[in-house]
Amino acid sequence: MGRKLLLDKAHVENIRLYEVYRREGGYRSVEKALKSMSPDQVTDEVKKSGLRGRGGAGFPAGLKWSFLAKPEGVPRYLVVNADESEPGTFKDRYLMEFIPHLLIEGMITSSYALGSTTSYIYIRGEYAWIVDILEQAIAEARHNGWLGKNILGSGFDCDIHVQRGAGAYICGEETALLESLEGKRGNPRIKPPFPAVKGLWGCPTVVNNVETIAAVVPIINEGGEEYAKIGIGKSTGTKLISACGNINKPGVYEIDMTISVEEFIYSDEYCGGIPNGRKLKACIPGGSSVPILPANLLLKTAKGETRLMNYESLADGGFASGSMMGSGGFIVMDDRQCVVRHTYTLARFYRHESCGQCSPCREGTGWMEKILLNIETGKGKMSDIDLLWDIQRKIEGNTICPLGDAAAWPVAAAIRHFRDEFEWHVNHPEEAQTRNYGLAHYADPLVLTA
Amino acid sequence: MPVQFSETALAEVKRLVARYPEGKQKSALLPVLHLAQEQFGGWLSTETLDYVASLLQLSPIEVYEVATFYSMYNLQPVGKHVFEVCQTGPCMLNGSDEIIEYVWEKLGIRPGQTTTDGLFTLKTVECLGACGYAPMMQMGKHYREHLTRDKVDQIIAESRK
Amino acid sequence: MAEQTNKPANLKVTIDNITVEVAPGTTILQAARQIGGDVTPPAMCYYSKLEGSGGKCRTCLVEVAAGSAADPRPMPKLVASCRTGVMDGMVVKNITSDRVQDARAGVVEFLLVNHPLDCPVCDQAGECHLQDLGYEHGKEGTRFEFKRRTFEPEDIGPYIQLHMNRCILCYRCTYVADQLTDSRVHGVVDRGDHANISTHISKAIDNNFCGNMIDVCPVGALTDKTFRFKNRVWFTKPVEAHRDCDQCCGKVTLWQRGDEVLRVTARKDEWGEVKSYDGKPGWICNTCRFDKKKASDWVIEGPTNINRHSVIAQGHYTGLQKPHETLPAVMDGRDPKLLMDIHSVSEVNRVDISALPGAATSETFKK
Repeated sequence: MGRKLLLDKAHVENIRLYEVYRREGGYRSVEKALKSMSPDQVTDEVKKSGLRGRGGAGFPAGLKWSFLAKPEGVPRYLVVNADESEPGTFKDRYLMEFIPHLLIEGMITSSYALGSTTSYIYIRGEYAWIVDILEQAIAEARHNGWLGKNILGSGFDCDIHVQRGAGAYICGEETALLESLEGKRGNPRIKPPFPAVKGLWGCPTVVNNVETIAAVVPIINEGGEEYAKIGIGKSTGTKLISACGNINKPGVYEIDMTISVEEFIYSDEYCGGIPNGRKLKACIPGGSSVPILPANLLLKTAKGETRLMNYESLADGGFASGSMMGSGGFIVMDDRQCVVRHTYTLARFYRHESCGQCSPCREGTGWMEKILLNIETGKGKMSDIDLLWDIQRKIEGNTICPLGDAAAWPVAAAIRHFRDEFEWHVNHPEEAQTRNYGLAHYADPLVLTA
Repeated sequence: MPVQFSETALAEVKRLVARYPEGKQKSALLPVLHLAQEQFGGWLSTETLDYVASLLQLSPIEVYEVATFYSMYNLQPVGKHVFEVCQTGPCMLNGSDEIIEYVWEKLGIRPGQTTTDGLFTLKTVECLGACGYAPMMQMGKHYREHLTRDKVDQIIAESRK
Repeated sequence: MAEQTNKPANLKVTIDNITVEVAPGTTILQAARQIGGDVTPPAMCYYSKLEGSGGKCRTCLVEVAAGSAADPRPMPKLVASCRTGVMDGMVVKNITSDRVQDARAGVVEFLLVNHPLDCPVCDQAGECHLQDLGYEHGKEGTRFEFKRRTFEPEDIGPYIQLHMNRCILCYRCTYVADQLTDSRVHGVVDRGDHANISTHISKAIDNNFCGNMIDVCPVGALTDKTFRFKNRVWFTKPVEAHRDCDQCCGKVTLWQRGDEVLRVTARKDEWGEVKSYDGKPGWICNTCRFDKKKASDWVIEGPTNINRHSVIAQGHYTGLQKPHETLPAVMDGRDPKLLMDIHSVSEVNRVDISALPGAATSETFKK
């Protein structure tokens, strides 16, 4: 059983309420930081912890904080990215829904470190009921003196507001999020300048994922070095994984990043294996944007080593035979599932969510969707597969924001690893029209011991 | 009939605007549009958008640009109950297509359509962040998860009450 | 803006093996324009006179082979040259990079997949930047086998014709409305592949200076309604003219056929942008553009210098060396025009153009 730092108290009854959360040791990190540490010391602890951004890119959080410009007389802002919209990812929702005070606590400590006296949570519009939960937690925190003026007599003022989005995946991109928070269309900004220099309303801003900010609480409580001892290599601490798809126990799990992918899928402590006696066919290990891997490459790297659930191991082999940790949205597919159909739904998703600002993404995502629908419904040609490959190649890396890459990678990986399934659709047009699944010959490399 | 917020709603607008620095009232646009949609029958008419623009001292086009960008704002009238069924990858793996089919079977509406009695609208949406509880749909403020045919029947029945 | 900066030119940047010294704050694209010629990346959305423009179309992507003298690492991705500042010692590859050429061909293809290609009936044809771009950087043939995207036509008033199907969403016109006119009534609505230029409520765009939206539009999405279907631009004759105007600089190009003024536009520089006078962009007001349509309203300065390669230059004007005619010699001295006398084969066209006293105008054909 791995160590839990974020969800260890998630099952305590009424942990959503302030009294319970406080009784269980909540808000200690704020006390510690405000009473005995300088803002820079808090940042240093986060640096020492090796905490990497949990939103998807995995950029070291402490380093991001240290980039924050601090000109005199200009306000600085902390904005928490709760616009969780990556298909397969629902970990932040769990955290906010069940232990909202953990996020608020992390935000107060982080705001202190960054010098942000007004911080915002930008939450996706669909999570409407969670807005109420957060608002209540903020009101409780304010009522008990954790927010407002001169917190704990430290002279530090801080307030937190929740801003609701209105349905746009792109607002998870940090500059699009800031545009949206300013009341505009969620068009990503052209960088540089980065938010650390010019962010919200032109002021220096740090944008962090919900889980990243929540992780600041155990880091301050236990110390950065202690936190860094958990995990392996540059994958320090614990990570929330939201598992879904064809597994027995979908849900949010906190793992320390030393367990193997195999254990994660088959152990009863986590996903509990594949239902209905089916076999594992493929998996997208880090949210829909990261490359899909067939079962054999998922469980073992190309070198034959056991693949672990961490940043380095999941990326082992690059895009040729590896994938990415991403946002921790773990999508499992059993042997009934059709990779072409799944890829089509993702292409449709990215076409729907493209902001339309830059041409490769605006035109390319729609084109890929159309071709994939043709192939899926038995109207495709063999040359369409190469065309798809070429289109994704021309989108990737050529767009304003990473949505272009996110749209290109799933298509590329599906063709790379499951090209014969695409070819099957072209060669069997009638069957492709009548059945919703494709090839199922990907042997489960695991010799399952009953 | 001129579009006009109630006193309570106006107080809420004031509270929202106060969350941002002086002169940054445009930031309140998204929340105020949500509020307007709630207050004026679940959708945003051009008159409503113009009203919001005047409240926040914005030019109307700034409001149109934003209202058309985000998928949660309805710019056409919708039924009393809106079924927003997720159809992205993880939900598809767990049978969201069958749920969409079943709603059609039961209510005779395809995505984007409203029943003639004005009670139900079916919308297909992209990932709502409930992949572990698939298939699912959003109804108003809340999610309905682990959908089955029986559950859809139940939801329709309770909505009709 | 950076182009008008007075800072000393002390940053060295090498673009396609040509080194140039530029002032701090200069972008790669501006540096390349200082060099000029083939090494200058094409720009469909960037417009140096409009603040905030650029970065969107991705046609100006270049490869940065060395970031700066201090940090000579290459940049991993291609960058938009219009929005990337020059660093001292930067090494940039544009036409010398296969990666750039490949990506640019891709961008051209993306811009064209949903473009109607209705050039034969498009008033922009002949001065269309997308035509130029496609000609210079595109590939032959199309791989797009689907119905092209279309939008409902929208009437935006008496001055400007909007053809949304042709739009490439460069956003230039929205910047014009923001920065030059008293209020913006149009914008980009919807999102993704359905994002479009609209007023949302079919409102007339008629505020002063709105005509400049026509001049900045790189394609035929916004054209002059008063010039609509009047003539092909290459049959018109551009001349420089000016008048005293209390609203704008009054310096324009008149597009004439015979003595008739068919169209008035701002004067354009070699990059297709309006020319600057005394450091200020020469935008023109609606009065000059739409109301002064008589040659007598203007003081004519002389013919416009047109790039020899432009189709507008065909048959025209200063310093043009006509190619040596060989046809008469081949035809035993007979006039080649006789070969093309349409009246000998067709009864359709009864207007005898050669019998007209002056040049044919749109009025001629109404008779």
